[in-house]
Amino acid sequence: MSLHQFLLEPITCHAWNRDRTQIAISPNNHEVHIYQKSGNQWVKSHELKEHNGHITGIDWAPKSDRIVTCGADRNAYVWSLKDGVWKPTLVILRINRAATFVKWSPLENKFAVGSGARLISVCYFESDNDWWVSKHIKKPIRSTVLSLDWHPNNVLLAAGSCDFKCRVFSAYIKEVEEKPGPTPWGSKMPFGAVLAEFGGAGGGGWVHSVSFSSSGNRLAWVSHDSTVTVVDGTKGSTPSQLKTEFLPLLSVLFISENSVVAAGHDCCPMLFRCDDGGSLTFVSKLDLPKASITRNISAMERFRNMDKRATTEDRNTALETLHQNSITQVSIYEGDQSDCRKFCTTGIDGAMTIWDFKSLEASIQGLRIM
Amino acid sequence: MAKNTLSSRFRKLDIDEFDENKFIDDHDEAVDNQGPDGTEIENLIRIGDTMTAFHLALRNPPLNTKNPAVKERALAIVLRVLTSFKSSDIEPAVKSLDRSGVDLLMKYIYRGFEKPSDNSSAILLQWHEKAFAVGGLGSIVRVLTARKTV
Repeated sequence: MSLHQFLLEPITCHAWNRDRTQIAISPNNHEVHIYQKSGNQWVKSHELKEHNGHITGIDWAPKSDRIVTCGADRNAYVWSLKDGVWKPTLVILRINRAATFVKWSPLENKFAVGSGARLISVCYFESDNDWWVSKHIKKPIRSTVLSLDWHPNNVLLAAGSCDFKCRVFSAYIKEVEEKPGPTPWGSKMPFGAVLAEFGGAGGGGWVHSVSFSSSGNRLAWVSHDSTVTVVDGTKGSTPSQLKTEFLPLLSVLFISENSVVAAGHDCCPMLFRCDDGGSLTFVSKLDLPKASITRNISAMERFRNMDKRATTEDRNTALETLHQNSITQVSIYEGDQSDCRKFCTTGIDGAMTIWDFKSLEASIQGLRIM
Repeated sequence: MAKNTLSSRFRKLDIDEFDENKFIDDHDEAVDNQGPDGTEIENLIRIGDTMTAFHLALRNPPLNTKNPAVKERALAIVLRVLTSFKSSDIEPAVKSLDRSGVDLLMKYIYRGFEKPSDNSSAILLQWHEKAFAVGGLGSIVRVLTARKTV
């Protein structure tokens, strides 16, 4: 587990390039900073300054090497590298509230932007006019869209929003792609159709994050009422919900067809397993601190503490976890969604940590990723 | 001061009611639970079978109803059961509940906290401690985020 502290500002969001040599982060302001890996250090190589409001989402397309960013200024920009400089292209989203989340589709010919305007903007490039066009998915979303994830077939889009529901929409754009084949979620997929809707029903909180598995048959989401839910499209539509005893989780990711990693306000990534019957169980926290040896504090340290902090006790105010504040985003670092070997977390403490499953399996008793 | 600013009747208007984009929570009109049966529970407490009274009190919670009288009645019955427990019996009672039971118990405990009386706070705090040991912070978060309250 290697932790790198960028600055003290929270990292709102991050995105990796294809070979993981560069990371684009936003330090809770109007800019995107791109850091280049050099040895063990990260060196800032570019600053992308175009937005007028806080950046709320960054996604880096691995194959076409384009970055899309969206912000509280109701805009999104697509950045392309030309002669060593990142050049922005404005995308007119036609929203009247802040954008909250952005994600490239698997084939990178379109991207979806969630917003506080209670709609999703699906944008594709129109080559005749040489600019990005957006189409809106409005019904039946009734509050801010917090998170999106694309199905591997490039057409279906899962959205988690503040109206306590997680939905699967069709984002089929006939101008850029062929008609998709049938999926367990449905076969008729005109643009904007709701293929599935989960949640609500009196319980539930805001859906902070959604994730499709690599096959696209399973969908997981985490919600503000401290629950994790998984639904298997091939096994009917009853979701399997796990009420956790932790603080709410903010980000969820499938790391294999049967395992889900989620992290949030407890500052610690957690592993959950989804078995073939579709039921979800908690496996383990992935940030178990080494047993600390309580040592007798020396007289010198006692006086030093009295001088520095006006305290006589050995009170350590740091958290036991690696991250010292909530984790806001989990992403795959090495491998892919069907078999992830390393994943990365960033949080409000401004730190980025890379977790390795091989060393986690070795250090945590009985931990096996399936 | 101009005459039209003297009236303050406009301050009684709830402007959010007129917002056409107002979020209306869909209440599925599920079976309206009437809450637990008071007399049966009184009998059980009298003979000392607090565990059965406890389980009975937590059945049929009036989550869906909009009638405050039903909710008040159910709350009173549950608090009666909770306060009649001995401290040593609390832990086994909490352990006998499943996850949703612990969440429901937490909801009642916090409702009980709203109106503290002489003998309720101490016992409710003991209930809270034992329920927290099982349910963790998640059960408290679910009390805060629940839209269907007890």
